Amino acid sequence: MQNIYLESFTTFFRIGLFTLGGGYAMIPLIEEEVVNKKQWVSKDEMLDLIAIAQSCPGVFAINIATFIGYKLNKTRGAIATTIGTALPSFLIILAIAIFFSQFKDNKVVAAIFRGIRPAVVALIAVPTFRLGQRAKLNKFTIWIPVVCALLIWALGVSPIYIIIVAGLAGYIYGKYIQGDKDTSKQGVQDK
Amino acid sequence: MIFLYLFITFFEIGLFGFGGGYGMLSLIQHETVEHYHWLSTAEFTDIVAISQMTPGPIGINSATYCGYTAIHNAGYGHLMALLGSATATFALVLPSLILMILISRMFMKYMNTPLVQSIFKGLRPAVVGLLAAATLLLCNRENFSTPMENPWQFWISVGLFAATAFGTGYLKINPIRMICYAALAGLLLLY
Repeated sequence: MQNIYLESFTTFFRIGLFTLGGGYAMIPLIEEEVVNKKQWVSKDEMLDLIAIAQSCPGVFAINIATFIGYKLNKTRGAIATTIGTALPSFLIILAIAIFFSQFKDNKVVAAIFRGIRPAVVALIAVPTFRLGQRAKLNKFTIWIPVVCALLIWALGVSPIYIIIVAGLAGYIYGKYIQGDKDTSKQGVQDK
Repeated sequence: MIFLYLFITFFEIGLFGFGGGYGMLSLIQHETVEHYHWLSTAEFTDIVAISQMTPGPIGINSATYCGYTAIHNAGYGHLMALLGSATATFALVLPSLILMILISRMFMKYMNTPLVQSIFKGLRPAVVGLLAAATLLLCNRENFSTPMENPWQFWISVGLFAATAFGTGYLKINPIRMICYAALAGLLLLY
């Protein structure tokens, strides 16, 4: 029993250590390790898992790790895989943070970061449009992201309130406005 | 006291951070830069760049780094800053851990109901707005300079922004490679 904690911990530690480029880059690695090699979850379960982890709040990779850990060994298993996923990031960033705080005022480092900063802003701008396409915005819904962005940017509204209101609005729309007339359609989509 | 705020802030971010790493960035930015002033915009942008280039989920990387920098900027030493990064990372992961355990324990069957799906449907366009707001908030003097202050740096920055947007969005160049190009450009043109 001791072994499976350690095994799930080291598996997710490896996954955390070797994925560059954020959570979604982890999917193929997790599938390889957890579905193909260890066979902790089946391929179909993994698909459900990805869908749930994507729609839930929090870090995508942590959501998946917690879920698989819980399936293996209940709460303690979930803690083992969660720490395993987060620990490599934590240690690497810590080392960089300590190192970087000494070199921040170096002229070369400062010049490098002057070049990097505008590029990073573009790296956040591009997924905005990609996410917009995936959210299937049309002429009736395009105003929603625009208004949300303006509220945060111009009026300083906290994004947390935006999230709460948007979730509530979705709930109310689904329950009262779309309601009965759409349940038949929804049922078909679910299958 | 700052540790308590750090914990509450990152717990909230973990709880309301929908839409993956980038969606979470807009929350982190709003709380740490706009609300608490723990970091400057430039520092935040640097953290995003480093989080993108190092292994592991971007959410975990940036929380660890923000926790460290926030405590360090408040005038504490490396050891307390280490504690700050541990606090932020733990607080970010905690909601995921609780929520995913709850879901795998009892809510699994509710996840596919039309009502839960309509909540997610309401969230999706709002998350697009969150990302757009993060982009707008990062387009400022600290990241781009201004045409008055330093026209050379401003136009180089705009060029790097456009090149990165085109490179990653259209030519599908790897973001990490793109950051390295921007670093080189910064070193050569903005030294």
